[in-house]
Amino acid sequence: MPLVSGGKITGDGFVKLAVDTPLPEGGDILVPAERFLAEADALLERSGKVGVIWPNNRDIAELVPYLGKVAAVALVFPTFRDGRAYSQARLLRERYNYRGELRATGQVLRDQFVFMLRAGFDAFEVKKQADAEAFMQTAKRYSVFYQPTGDGRITALHRRMQLRHSEGVGT
Amino acid sequence: MYAYDEIDRTLVNERVSEFRDQVKRRLSGELTEDEFKILRLQNGVYLQLHAYMFRVAIPYGTLATNQLRALAHVARKYDRGYGHFTTRQNIQFNWIKLAELPDALEDLAKVGIHAMQTSGNNMRNVTSDQWAGVAPGEIEDPRIWSELIRQHTTLHPEFSFLPRKFKIAITASDHDRAAIKIHDIGLRLIRNEKGETGFEVLVGGGLGRTPFVAKTIKHFVHGRDILSYIEAILRVYNQYGRRDNIYKARIKILVHELGIEKFSREVEEEWQQIRNSSLQIDDEVIEDIRSRFTYPAYEKLPHMPDELRQAAADPDFEAWRKNSVAPHKVQGYSIVTISLKPTGGPPGDATAEQMDALADLADQYSFGEIRVGHEQNLALPHVAKRDLPALWKALDKLGLATPNVNLITDIIACPGLDYCSLANARSIPIAQELTRRFANHELANLIGRLHINISGCINACGHHHVGHIGILGVEKNGEEVYQITIGGRADENATLGTLIGPGVKFDEVADVVEDVVEAYLALRERPEELFMDTVKRLGVEPFKERVYATR
Amino acid sequence: MTSPLEQKKIRIAGPSVVTANRTWDGIVVYRTAARAWSAELSEAAIVRNSEEAKALLAEAVADDVGAIGPYIAPVQIGADGRIVPGNLREQIRRTGVTIGQPAQV
Repeated sequence: MPLVSGGKITGDGFVKLAVDTPLPEGGDILVPAERFLAEADALLERSGKVGVIWPNNRDIAELVPYLGKVAAVALVFPTFRDGRAYSQARLLRERYNYRGELRATGQVLRDQFVFMLRAGFDAFEVKKQADAEAFMQTAKRYSVFYQPTGDGRITALHRRMQLRHSEGVGT
Repeated sequence: MYAYDEIDRTLVNERVSEFRDQVKRRLSGELTEDEFKILRLQNGVYLQLHAYMFRVAIPYGTLATNQLRALAHVARKYDRGYGHFTTRQNIQFNWIKLAELPDALEDLAKVGIHAMQTSGNNMRNVTSDQWAGVAPGEIEDPRIWSELIRQHTTLHPEFSFLPRKFKIAITASDHDRAAIKIHDIGLRLIRNEKGETGFEVLVGGGLGRTPFVAKTIKHFVHGRDILSYIEAILRVYNQYGRRDNIYKARIKILVHELGIEKFSREVEEEWQQIRNSSLQIDDEVIEDIRSRFTYPAYEKLPHMPDELRQAAADPDFEAWRKNSVAPHKVQGYSIVTISLKPTGGPPGDATAEQMDALADLADQYSFGEIRVGHEQNLALPHVAKRDLPALWKALDKLGLATPNVNLITDIIACPGLDYCSLANARSIPIAQELTRRFANHELANLIGRLHINISGCINACGHHHVGHIGILGVEKNGEEVYQITIGGRADENATLGTLIGPGVKFDEVADVVEDVVEAYLALRERPEELFMDTVKRLGVEPFKERVYATR
Repeated sequence: MTSPLEQKKIRIAGPSVVTANRTWDGIVVYRTAARAWSAELSEAAIVRNSEEAKALLAEAVADDVGAIGPYIAPVQIGADGRIVPGNLREQIRRTGVTIGQPAQV
C-alpha cells in the first residue's frame, strides 16, 4: 500500500505493531491506541519514533496528554463511507494544535483526498497505486472552498471580503 | 434572485470536471460500482427501476428563467422531455444515461445550477419557504441565510460522510411553508428583544420508518453564530450517530436515544469551543450576500386595478384567482401558485414545453423569477395584479391553471413503484385516480383545505405521516396494500397522523378516501371547520367506523 | 434495491432470471446464457434451482463494468414458452411505468 507524504509517494519509515507483537529494539513504530495507552512510558523511552493508530470510535481527547511526544497519529477509515476520522483530524489540528504527521489509513481513495487535506491530514496510506500516483493532480482539483478549516486555505467568503475591500480602495 | 459570482461558478465547474473524471474511471472499470456509488450519489445520480435518475438542486426554491430553460433543455436533450419536482426543492430526471451526465451537468453549470448536496450521506440542499422575500409579515428574507448555509454545507470537508443524510430547512414566517419540523435541523428566523436577527433551532425531525417531530434545542441562536451552532450539531452527530443500522442512523434517533437535554448539552459544549472561531459571521458578510440578491423594481400600483375588476365577471378566472393567488408584501402585486397537479396527471411533473413557456411567462409577468415549493407546485412570486387575467389565460392554455392549490387534489406523492427501486407499491396511479374522483372544483372547494400525501414505501418521501390524509403503500403477499392515516400536518403545528385501521387494496384506496371525506362533511360543525379541525375535535374513531362499517 | 450481497441465501421458488441495469445508460438488462447482457427478457438465461441461480448471479456480479446491481428475479413461463416477469415490480421494469392507465389492478 503506497504511502503519500509531502505530496509524493515515499517509503514508510514506520513499522506497524499489533497489540501483541514483541517490541523491536529500535526503529520507528506505529502502535494501536489501546497498547499505546497501556505502555506509553515504555514506548516513549525507546530510541525510535512512536506513532499511534487511533480508532475512529475512541475519544481523541484521551490522546491529548501525549500529543507533544508522538511523531505520528494514524486515523482510520474502516470504509471510505465512515467519516468520523474527519472530525478527529480537525480536532487534533484545530483544537489541540497537533503539528506532527497526521496519517489517513484504511480505505483511502483518490476521491477523498481533497476532503482529507482540508481536515488536516498530510500523509495517506492509499489503497490503490493509481490513486497514489494521481495524488498531486487530484489535490489541485479545487481552488474554491466555502468552509474555514485549519488548513489555511482562504474561504470564498473571505476572498469576497478581500475583493470588496480592494475594490473600495481609491473610490 | 441570487447571482453566482466568479467564485461560485469556479466551484461548480470544478465539480463538473471532477465528476467527468469519475464517470470516465467508472466506465473504464477503474472504479467499481461499490466505489463509484457514493461519488455518483454526491452528484445526485441514483439508480432506479428503469434507469439512472438525476436529481438537481434548486436551493431554497428560487429559479431564474434562464435556469428553468436549462432544466427544460436537459429534459429534452438528455431525458424524455419532462422532469419531476420533488418535496425538497429539487427536480428529478428519470431516464438519464450515465455516459451523458457530465455533459448535462456542464450545460446546467453554465447557468449556475448543479446537483451538489442532492444525495448521499451529507448535508442536503438547503430548503426554504417558496414565498421567501415576498410573503407579507416575514421577519426578513430567509434566503440570505439559506444561501449562507448553502455555501457552508457545500462539499463540507468534515461532514460529507455522515452516518446518514442531513436536511436543513429555514422559514421566516409564522406560517411554516418549509416543513421545518420534519427536518434534521429546522431553523425559524426570529428577532430577540433587542431586535437582533437569530434563529430558534429545532433538531431531530424526520419521517421514514421512525417518524419524529423536531424538538427545539435552542430558543435563540444569534445570526452571527448560526454556522458554528450548526457545525457543533453536525460534529456531535458525525461522531455519535449510529452507523451500525441504516434505519437508526438519522440524527432523530440519536436525539431520541440520548434525550434532547443530553443531546443539547453535548452540542452546547462543542459550540462553546468553536463559537468564537472563523465561523462567526459578521454583518459585512451578510451584507455581501444580501447585495447579490436582486429585488424587482416594483411599480406603485393600485390595490384593485380595472383589469382585475373586469375579469371578476368570469367565474373560471375567479375560481382560479381565489384559489391560487396569494397576497404579496407590495401593494398591487400577488404571489401566484402554479399547480402541477392537473386532473389525471402525475403530481409534480412538468414537461420541457411547460418549463420553457413558464420561463417566458415569468419574464413577462414575474421579473424573471420562479419558485419551487415542497408541495410540488411552482410559483410566480411577483405578479402585478393587473396582469393576473392575462397570466391566467396563458397558464390555462398550458394546462397550468388547475385551481386546486391546498385542496384535496393538490396531492403530494413520491414516484412510487412506477420509478423507484425502493418502493413497495405505486403512488402516482393512486394520486391520479383521486384527482379524477374529486375533479369537480365545487366539490373540492366544499371540502376545503385538505392535503393528501402518498408514499410508496416506509421511507416516506411522500410525507404520508404529515398528510391530513396519509396513504402508505406496502407489499403484502406480493400485493400492493395501502395504510391510511388521518390527522397529520406538516406546518408549524406539525403532527403525525393516526392509522385508521387495516390496510386496503389498490383499487379500494379512492373509495376509502371518499368515505373519509363523506364522514368529514357529515361530521363537521360548520362549513368553516376544516378537515384537520374535525379530526382534532373527534379523533379517528368516527372516521374509522365509517370506513370499516362496510368492509 | 436488494444488493446481491444481501441475497446470500439464495432460494428460488420457481424459474428465475438475473437482471440488472446496464452501466453506461442504466437500462434494464437480463443475463443471457452467452455470458452477456440483453435488453430482451426473451433472451435471458432461465435458472430453476438455487445452485444454478447462485452460479448465474456470481457470473453477473463479476461483470461490474457491464451492469450494476444484479439480482435474481422470478419469471413465469407460459405454455407457449414465453417468459413474463413474475411480479409487479419486474413487470414495471419490463414494460415501463403504469401511469396513464386507469387506476385498477
